[in-house]
Amino acid sequence: MKHLLSIGDLSREDIVAILDTATSMHEVQHREVKKLPTLRGRTIINFFFEDSTRTRSSFELAGKWMSADTINLTGKGTSVSKGESLRDTVKTIDAMGVDMMVIRHMASGAPATIAGWTNCSIVNAGDGTHEHPSQALLDAYTMRARLGDLQGKHVALVGDLAHSRVLRSNLLCLRTLGATVTLVAPPTLMPSGIGPWSDVDGFATSYALDDVLPTVDAVMMLRVQRERMSGGYFPTAREYAITYGLTKARLAALPEHAVICHPGPMNRGLEISGDAADAAQSLVLEQVSAGVAVRMSILYHLLSGEAMSA
Amino acid sequence: MNGVLPGRTVLTGSDMARALRRVAHEVLEANKGSSDLVLLGIPSRGVPLARRIAEAMAAVEGEQVPFGALDITMYRDDLRRQPVRQVEPTALPPGGIEGKVVVLVDDVLYSGRTVRAALDALADYGRPRSVRLAVLVDRGHRELPIRADYVGKNLPTASTERVSVRLSETDGIDEVRIAQGAGA
Repeated sequence: MKHLLSIGDLSREDIVAILDTATSMHEVQHREVKKLPTLRGRTIINFFFEDSTRTRSSFELAGKWMSADTINLTGKGTSVSKGESLRDTVKTIDAMGVDMMVIRHMASGAPATIAGWTNCSIVNAGDGTHEHPSQALLDAYTMRARLGDLQGKHVALVGDLAHSRVLRSNLLCLRTLGATVTLVAPPTLMPSGIGPWSDVDGFATSYALDDVLPTVDAVMMLRVQRERMSGGYFPTAREYAITYGLTKARLAALPEHAVICHPGPMNRGLEISGDAADAAQSLVLEQVSAGVAVRMSILYHLLSGEAMSA
Repeated sequence: MNGVLPGRTVLTGSDMARALRRVAHEVLEANKGSSDLVLLGIPSRGVPLARRIAEAMAAVEGEQVPFGALDITMYRDDLRRQPVRQVEPTALPPGGIEGKVVVLVDDVLYSGRTVRAALDALADYGRPRSVRLAVLVDRGHRELPIRADYVGKNLPTASTERVSVRLSETDGIDEVRIAQGAGA
């Protein structure tokens, strides 16, 4: 495994290996000395063309705790803003001799394109509306820690699915791990071509959250992006919260063992109510905590064993 | 391999049990009892060996000696050149290792690189009063200035030979075999 571009490139064994290693890495997080010598002398560039708090900081922490040298670059403040092309910018950085680039870009497919231009490992940290594989892995890790093996578990993904890269990665990851998945969204926020897609990948869709909730083991609320409010996707924020938000009443309808996930950042009162976000069933903070461990595991799996074929 | 393993058996199950019992006695003798002792097995096969030595000690001393597991994967110096290794859990006994006499337990002592990595790993968890090394088999060919304090069996080998330790906990049978390597 050299790159992590899409969950679709991973087998069930690959995913399980990453999640198992993450369990050991989670233990490091609670140690007094949070430092492993594993990636000593390696250089990782976090190249973020889009804003991010948790993804970027957890990739940076993951690299630092494994003794790699990490540098953060943003689109602003680099030669990209002076008009240099993306290809020239990444080739310049590659020429400095880095081992890995962690890339977030607003264009779907940018990390895969960059992987063809450079020699280093590329990690997709979110590209446009395409994928966000490390998020899906940490979501699976968090759910697995609470629910056990996800084989046969029922997970509902709810919210702005049309614009969600988290959806695509999570769907692939959960299906590969054997979970049953139902997508819930208003018709305007369902991805186009969902009918044939659901036939191929084997998942269900629904417009009625209340029908789905009583049967789930986990429900993941995806963020409704503020910029979509004016796009005519739904009449008002209030109406969205009433019809598709995880309100206090819906929290009561959830089975007792079911867990609530949200990849963040949360819009409290819109897709998730304060009661649900802070409920005992909510894994929101566990997700953030697992983020570093899962990303350490990703770095380990991509950067160890690379000199074997050479 | 159709059922019949290549090579010959150098330690049978009862040989192994006797060797481990002797190692347990030697550790207790050198430490003048079991006070402050902590046994840490190096995964995978060092962990059941540490448990067995702890049980042998309990039978002699009448009190449980703390034992655990210390995974050293992330501390290896050959990670770039080997296939990705799965990380095993580290489990330190509740009392920790601070100020204790830690006995590292592994199945085979060969280059010494695993032990070097284990010493690094140990330092990240605390500062033991002293660290000792117990191995089931010492097969020679050290690449580092490291030696074992307690050895179940000294086994002179050629570097082309393969020593395989099998334990009932992981492999269903207790034995140590030696065989010619694939290239020979």
